[in-house]
Amino acid sequence: MSIVHHLDEDILLDHAAGTLAEGFSLAVATHLAVCPECRERYAMIEGAGGELLDTIEPAAGGDAGWQAVKARISNAPLPTAKPARRGASGGSAPVLPEPLRSYVGSDVDAIRWKPMPGAAQFIIPIRDGRAVARLLRIPAGKPVPEHTHRGMEMTLVLSGAFADEDGTFTRGDIEIADGSLTHQPVATNDADCICLAVTEAPLKFKSWIVRLFQPMLGI
Amino acid sequence: AVDPSDKKALNIVMRQKLFAVATSRDVAAFEELFRYYGPRVRAYMAKLSRDGQLAEELMQETMVAVWNKAAQYSPDKGNVSTWIFTIARNQRIDHWRKTNRPDFDPNDPAFVPAEIRPADAAFDMNEDADRLHRAMQTLPPEQLELLKLSFFEEASHSTISEKLGLPLGTVKSRIRLAFAKLRTALEDRS
Ligand SMILES: [Zn+2]
Ligand SMILES: [Zn+2]
Repeated sequence: MSIVHHLDEDILLDHAAGTLAEGFSLAVATHLAVCPECRERYAMIEGAGGELLDTIEPAAGGDAGWQAVKARISNAPLPTAKPARRGASGGSAPVLPEPLRSYVGSDVDAIRWKPMPGAAQFIIPIRDGRAVARLLRIPAGKPVPEHTHRGMEMTLVLSGAFADEDGTFTRGDIEIADGSLTHQPVATNDADCICLAVTEAPLKFKSWIVRLFQPMLGI
Repeated sequence: AVDPSDKKALNIVMRQKLFAVATSRDVAAFEELFRYYGPRVRAYMAKLSRDGQLAEELMQETMVAVWNKAAQYSPDKGNVSTWIFTIARNQRIDHWRKTNRPDFDPNDPAFVPAEIRPADAAFDMNEDADRLHRAMQTLPPEQLELLKLSFFEEASHSTISEKLGLPLGTVKSRIRLAFAKLRTALEDRS
């Protein structure tokens, strides 16, 4: 199945410029890993960054800078080769593409899921703390409680599929939601849906029962 | 010295210098890269902070990384300016946010490659860089301004909308317009 839900230029620009919170950049970079179409547009956007660097008014700094760098590179040992990546153990490709797999620390089969009502989650460690990233496993045919958002939410499907007001999302598809969208994602019947969900603020659930338990779930 | 306004010649020369650094640790070639990019990276770093000493340090870190990573450069990462821009940007993120920038890995078994590109991809790339350069000069000032605010000052869309007194939706649509224009220029291979 090919990807139908892509990233817009404004998000790609934020990723290219380095403005985006780390958690959102994780979702963007993982989508780029599986989406040649967005990668091509992204290459153009980074190219625009290179072009701006090329045409910036240069700031001269005298010769000391060169002398300092020259001394450093002459004394530096040759860079060591990169350590081998945590690859797939079997012959098949991992479910979690890089950079997500390194952030999680393993592929999906070794994740220590934390149960939550109607689903399971794994909180992904993110250093900058500006957005919360989690893997969600929604059982086949089951919904995530209906909610809207207090800020941006990015959801990237890794296996299975879900459907909501904006369409059906399969592996590689990414949904960007904000306060203007109220939705109730439902996993399709054929398999559990595993997705990466990144939020910058807690969700706003419609049901008061869910709201009651929300602090315990941390969602 | 290369004429910076001749982008095609500049791209080719800079790639040769970088190749010499990667394959034979050529300090003279690196000095030429440094003389061209050092002042530009310094200016880029200074956009985020008035601290000249800090801009100097971040520039030096970037250029040392260019020396160390020269062998990792390949033309599919864009032209040399683009590649050095990404290294400089990552230095800024590393310094200001004490965090890494997640990036995809083309060698990962889960990576989905594009359809095979034609054999003259490297030639196309010089052409593309040149075309992008010319297309950016035709962008309306208000669109170019948005790109500069994003790339140089790391201004978020909401910061930009406050700064320019524009609705958020206008900021986003202006960004999309700018890139639609650039994309048309790149696809127009005559
Ligand atoms: Zn895409
Ligand atoms: Zn949502």
